[in-house]
Amino acid sequence: MSELFYNAVPNATRVAPPLPEPRQYPSEKPSRVYLFGTCVVDLFYPEAGMDAIHLLEREGIRVEYPQGQSCCGQPAYTSGYTEQARTVARSQLALFAGDYPVVVPSGSCAGMLREHYADLFKDEPQTLKQVRALAARTYELAEFLLFVCKVQLKDSGEPVKVALHTSCSARREMNTHLHGRELLAQLSNVERVNHDHESECCGFGGTFSVRMPDISGAMVADKTRALKESGAHKVLSADCGCLININGALEKQKEALRGQHLASFLWQRTGGAK
Amino acid sequence: MSTSVIIPTVAVEEDFRTRAHKALGDQQLRNNFRTAMDSLMTKRAAAFSDAHEREHLRALGNSIKARALSKLPDLLEQLEQNLTRNGVTVHWAETVDEANGIVLSIIRAHEARQVIKGKSMVSEEMEMNHFLEARDIECLESDMGEYIVQLDHEKPSHIIMPAIHKNAGQVASLFHDKLGVEYTKDVDQLIQIGRRVLRQKFFEADIGVSGVNFAVAETGTLLLVENEGNGRMTTTVPPVHIAVTGIEKVVENLRDVVPLLSLLTRSALGIPITTYVNMISGPRKDHELDGPQEVHLVLLDNGRSQAFADSELRQTLNCIRCGACMNHCPVYTRVGGHTYGEGYPGPIGKIITPHMVGLAKVPDHPSASSLCGACGEVCPVKIPIPAILRRLREENVKAPDSPHQVMRGQGSKYSRKERFIWNAWAKLNSSPTLYRLFAFFATRLRALTPSNVGPWTQNHSAPKPAARSLHDMAREHLAKQGERR
Repeated sequence: MSELFYNAVPNATRVAPPLPEPRQYPSEKPSRVYLFGTCVVDLFYPEAGMDAIHLLEREGIRVEYPQGQSCCGQPAYTSGYTEQARTVARSQLALFAGDYPVVVPSGSCAGMLREHYADLFKDEPQTLKQVRALAARTYELAEFLLFVCKVQLKDSGEPVKVALHTSCSARREMNTHLHGRELLAQLSNVERVNHDHESECCGFGGTFSVRMPDISGAMVADKTRALKESGAHKVLSADCGCLININGALEKQKEALRGQHLASFLWQRTGGAK
Repeated sequence: MSTSVIIPTVAVEEDFRTRAHKALGDQQLRNNFRTAMDSLMTKRAAAFSDAHEREHLRALGNSIKARALSKLPDLLEQLEQNLTRNGVTVHWAETVDEANGIVLSIIRAHEARQVIKGKSMVSEEMEMNHFLEARDIECLESDMGEYIVQLDHEKPSHIIMPAIHKNAGQVASLFHDKLGVEYTKDVDQLIQIGRRVLRQKFFEADIGVSGVNFAVAETGTLLLVENEGNGRMTTTVPPVHIAVTGIEKVVENLRDVVPLLSLLTRSALGIPITTYVNMISGPRKDHELDGPQEVHLVLLDNGRSQAFADSELRQTLNCIRCGACMNHCPVYTRVGGHTYGEGYPGPIGKIITPHMVGLAKVPDHPSASSLCGACGEVCPVKIPIPAILRRLREENVKAPDSPHQVMRGQGSKYSRKERFIWNAWAKLNSSPTLYRLFAFFATRLRALTPSNVGPWTQNHSAPKPAARSLHDMAREHLAKQGERR
């Protein structure tokens, strides 16, 4: 079909620009990485960050956790407070200066580093170089485990049904929405079940959840209903923003079902201490 | 059977949040939207089954629109020249008032009393029905969906399917009440009822008004796509045809239309092409047997040049009005089109309406999104809608005395208190000492976390920080690992 259009538009300027190439991954595992823990993991789901560290260390990788790190700047950025986001982003940039990968246990914060820092520093050519280099070595955790570490997971757990919620940033900015599925598929006793409108947002959206609580609430109500109806025993996500939203709603609804970070689940299922 | 007197749509006075709250509580409305949007998403997906082809076509659509916009002033001049050569009278309107004034003067020149209208979102933007009714001129919608909403004194709730918020049962009751026909839920019968009313009106009308999908500069051609045939009737049966359109609809040549048309129909309805593709190139010529004696085109700016002036916001004008962004929007699906109030609903409405009416009139538009990105993912001309929404948030919170005047009504959400909070937040997150201190108290004093934390606790239990931060745990763990090495 597309050929038809190109014939119809012979002028070279009318040919569509080439599509972006899929991401290329290093052929060898690096000996060390940074972990960018993210503020939500730091304060609400620290065990997810620790489990990410354990998973990486098991691959023979030394993990560095710069103690000066805080937040990627996304909350201010998406709220329109660009200057404030830039201040925070600048402070983070300096902390991850070494030339090795930055692994982020969140598609959303990884997306901020990879996709939006360049916008924040578009008027500063020197910083922009640094930002581009950082973006090139920033990986979402599931993506890093799968394509850089090429992990082979051995399931040691009881049979369980899980539902996987992928954050919108992981899905649409990082294109990592199938990676969690692939990791789970390696676990022989884990059955991943689909849920209704799986690709739809959980309604979090950072400050959106408090600016528009009615709409956000309707979205998370539908998401939690779909998760409950899926028959899953557990909800998994690689983003703690979504988890804080989904778990907070489930708790308010007095439901037993809970979401867990994918890193914790993978670590626990493969022999890691609980 | 007779059509009722049509009362102009009443202006909606409540704000976005109030309307959203009401819509969310209307289960019938939500079911209607969810069902319809699900079906449209499925149809679009099927129409673009080859992802590679789809992405190439979207990139092509984007480059065609970007190129056209890069020479917009020249193309508009060329369009005017070629339309004039074809016998079409071209009018320029900077504002909605000017556009309505032009339409009225044409109507008055012909002493016309009855206008029949094909589907046109620009005429909605102008509130033309309202304007003409107030001057005692009947202006009847001939698109079935538009006819239904007009009959019920409503605004369209979707740019492609104006009556999508109603199900067949609701339309049946409406026709029964307003047209005095026997109640039937049979969709074919309902269409036939509407069709009989409209058929007569086509012959009576003095003037036909339509929109335009693509205005082709090189040939001076107005393209109009539709599925009901009412567009062709409107533009050929009455003696005078007035087309109204936005200045961003101009494309360079007919070759450009081919991919754009394919993107439009597949994105909108999942169909390969519309039933009718009208190519209007002027009034009836001497040797021709049909067509209008006069054709006018009103080119409306209404804030578009404001968007045009900024390279990021300019991309808003790529829009070909397919509605895919709203079909895929989790917010639109839940609150419906009427919640947006002004003109265009959904994601595209949120980024284009502020240019038309000023940001101050729609201050909640940029915030009413989780920035999930579903709209940008499906946009056939690759408008980065989430990025533009974010940009509008930035304009929205700008200080009123900012020297950078980007758009009318900017700074409408400026709040010193909120700015102070974000400044403090930036300070906290860019100072390791402060951040660690904050994390220390947040985790150690977690028992003191309030159980009611404003709007968050409307939908969630209160969040409770962990007992120890990852900073603490990682420091301890990595120190041990270091000793081992």
